Order: sequence, then C-alpha cells, then structure tokens
Amino acid sequence: MPVAVEFEHVDFSYLRGRPVLRDVELAVAAGEFVAVAGPNGGGKTTLLRLALGLERPAGGTVRLFGEPAHRFSNRPSLGYLAQRTHLGVQAPATVREVVAAGRAARRPFGRLRAEDRSAIDEAMERVGLEGLAGRPLTRLSGGQQQRAFIAKALAAEPRLLALDEPTTGVDVEAQEALAELLGRLHGELGVTILYVSHEFGAIEGVVQRLVLVRERIVFDGAPDALPALWHDPSHAHA
Amino acid sequence: MLDLEFMRLAFAAGAVVGLVAPVVGFFLVQRQMSLVGDGIGHVAFAGVAAGYLLGVSPVWTALAAAILGAVVIEWLRAYRRAAGDQALALVFYTGIAGGVVLISAAGALNANLFTYLFGSILTVTRRDLLTIVLLGSAALALVAVSLRALLAVSIDEEGARVAGLPVPVLNGVVSLLAALTVGISMRIVGILLIAALMVLPVIAAQRVAWSLRSAMGLSVAIGLASVLAGLTVSYYGNLPPGGSIVLTATGFFLAASVLELAHRRA
Repeated sequence: MPVAVEFEHVDFSYLRGRPVLRDVELAVAAGEFVAVAGPNGGGKTTLLRLALGLERPAGGTVRLFGEPAHRFSNRPSLGYLAQRTHLGVQAPATVREVVAAGRAARRPFGRLRAEDRSAIDEAMERVGLEGLAGRPLTRLSGGQQQRAFIAKALAAEPRLLALDEPTTGVDVEAQEALAELLGRLHGELGVTILYVSHEFGAIEGVVQRLVLVRERIVFDGAPDALPALWHDPSHAHA
Repeated sequence: MLDLEFMRLAFAAGAVVGLVAPVVGFFLVQRQMSLVGDGIGHVAFAGVAAGYLLGVSPVWTALAAAILGAVVIEWLRAYRRAAGDQALALVFYTGIAGGVVLISAAGALNANLFTYLFGSILTVTRRDLLTIVLLGSAALALVAVSLRALLAVSIDEEGARVAGLPVPVLNGVVSLLAALTVGISMRIVGILLIAALMVLPVIAAQRVAWSLRSAMGLSVAIGLASVLAGLTVSYYGNLPPGGSIVLTATGFFLAASVLELAHRRA
C-alpha cells in the first residue's frame, strides 16, 4: 500500500538546543486512520505541521505521498482543520460559504463549475448540515460549527484529512459525535486521516492506530495494545 | 445642482469611490486591519508633499507613496518583523512626519493642501475622473477575479496555506487594492478620511447582514449612498465633502446598530 506520510529520522526545534521532536520515524499508509496523541508540548502539533509541510525539519526528511512535504505539488488535495477552528471573518458567513471556501484551492479564480457545486453539496450532506446551508455559522452549536469545518475540508475531496485538536472546546457528546462521523467518513471515502489530540478517549474506538508522541514516538500500535497506565484518565469514556 | 459641471464630475467620481472603497474595506475589516487605510493615507500625505516639492502632480506621487506604504505594512506583517498594529504605527507616524517635513520644505502649507487632506468637490477634473474610473475599474476587476481565493484566506488563512493558495500574494493584493483606493479617493473624501469610507459601510452592513454575500452587497450600497448623500449635503451646506460623507456613513452605522438591537429583542 502506498505511503501517505513518512518521517525518516526527523529532528525539529523552534529554539536552538530545545528539541521539540527527536529522531522521529513514522510511516502512515494511504487510507489509514491514525490518532497522534501526547501531552501538551510533546510535539504532536509540530509533527502534524511537519507532515503538512508548514515547517521544515532540522534533520531527516518528511515526505507526503512520496514528495518532500514542503514542496508537495498537490496541495489542494489536503484537507486541514486547524486547532480551535473559528471563523477568520467578522461578517456572518453561512455554512455554504464556509464549505465553499474549502473548494477555493481547487478553483481559486473564475466561476464555480457544476462539479464544484456538487462537491460542496455532497460535503454538507456527508456531515448532515445540508438543511442548514443558508444559516450563519455563528448561529450554530460548537459541534455543528466543527462539522461545517470538516465539510469545508471534505469539499476539497482530500486524499489526506489532518485535524489538529478538533475536540478543543466541545462537550463530550460532540466529541463522540465527531468520532462517529470521522469513523464513517473514513469507511465511506477511504481517506487518510491524521487526528492530533491530547485526549483520545472518544476516538479510540474508531482509529486503526495510535501514536503517542513525547519528543520521540513512545508508542505506535493498535489502541487496544496501549498499556492501561497510558490511557487518558481525564476522559470519562476511556 | 447637477447643472454644474463640477458637481457632475464630483458625483461620477464619488460613485466610483463609493463602490470601490467598501469592497476593498470588506477584506481589511475581515483581517482585523481596519486601520490600514489610515496608515496608507498618511503615507499618501507624504506623497502629496513630495509632489509639491518635485513640481509634479500630487495625485500620482500620492498613489506611488500609498503603494509603497502598503507594501511595507504587508512585508512587516507577513514576515513578523512587527505585530500588525506596530507595523501600522511605524508607517503611520513616518508618513505623517515625512509629509510635514516635505510640505514645509516645498513651502506648500496652504489652502490647496487641504483639498487633498479633506477632499474638495471643486477640484475633480475630467482627467481626474478618467483616472478614477480606470483605476477603480481595475480594482473591482481584480477583486472579482480573485474573490473566492480572497474569501477563503479571510475565512481560514492557515487552511488556505495548507491547501496551497498563494496567501502572501493574496494578502499583498488586498494591500495594493487599499493603496489604489486611497489614491483614487483623495480628491473626493481626502487622505485623512478615506479609511473611514473603507471601514464604516462594512461594519454597518455586518450588523444587519445574513451572509458574506449580503454583507458585501450592503457595504457597497451604504458606501454609495454615503458618498452621494454626503456630496449633496456638502454642496447645499458649503461643507467639506470628506466630513459630510463620513458623517453620513456614521449615520448609517448608527441606524444599522438600532436595527440589529431591535432584531435581537424581537
């Protein structure tokens, strides 16, 4: 199976002498659903940023679908949910307008074509927001807003869906709904998913693989192989 | 009023400014850079002063200075040489200080200077109108072509970067558009008040809008109405057009705030 994300002996630091990641070795196969967890400051968000080519390693190599991540040529095929997703605009953007923004990299200029509109409609349907397409995002619940941002990522018809701390600020029910949604999307679309979070209780049942990062990779395997001691004790559903 | 040639020219130029300023201001407000127009305006003042000193048309030197100011602000912001407001402060104060020194050196501290600072309906010539229409059309065409990409960057800049949109270029386009707007608006609204026409219609529209599309449409409608009503008041009241236009826009903002409050209570 082709490799979607590959780290080879990767080192990274923001400040000289203070390594964030050391000698990271990781290979994520295309179509895999991987959760990357670890303590705050453990380097998991940095790992995701390296995978997406937003940062360049100090040592080693990071490849995305076989190409150096920072020079990846098919960027419109990357779907990304940033930490603490929030609207960058103050004007009342509707769900459809936000989801359509996810299509902009595929068609930045000129009119949207039928295939673009169809991708936008399909993305909203997949997350169950088709009935709220015309509603301003600010009038939706936190969980619904999160689903709108996932639809925005899906509108790009991504090969890789990267989520950075998507459960920040949402309640336990919304976390479980998100896990169920991601599990379903993974099954339906076969998209590679990298899910970064400091808490993995809700997602544990749907991911195929769990990677724990604490400067280095300290665990890499199936969630049920994780030693009981390392389970996140803060999550009620662990 | 419209029997007079200078009023017809002022209204025609004002209509272009009323259309362009809120469209460009829409993206500045979304990026929380509402005061960028002000910073660029102050650099344009230095450009006007340089025009007087060099004996060339202050309109073109102001436009050149505005573009330079926009490039510097965006460069400082993009490469994190200074936080957004610090970059603005640096350009803002350097512009006004440079303008004062140059205008003094040119011996041009006179009433004519005030027409650039606060606008004048008497000073728009046919040639000015042609320049305003051409540059205004170019600005609107640029926005129309890159609208979806500009909105995507406004909605989620990091996501746009990951997806490969040319974010620094698009941010540069917004700054360039702001500079163009300052350049074409200074004859009507004046350098010191143009930023208000870029911002006030947008923040008024956002109070009552129901989507991005409606916010942009209402911004343009409010901007256009402010300019046309402000110019009329200016003519009959013998008042500076810049002040009349901006106070009219403030009135629209207050009305939109009342409407929003009433809607919330209903």
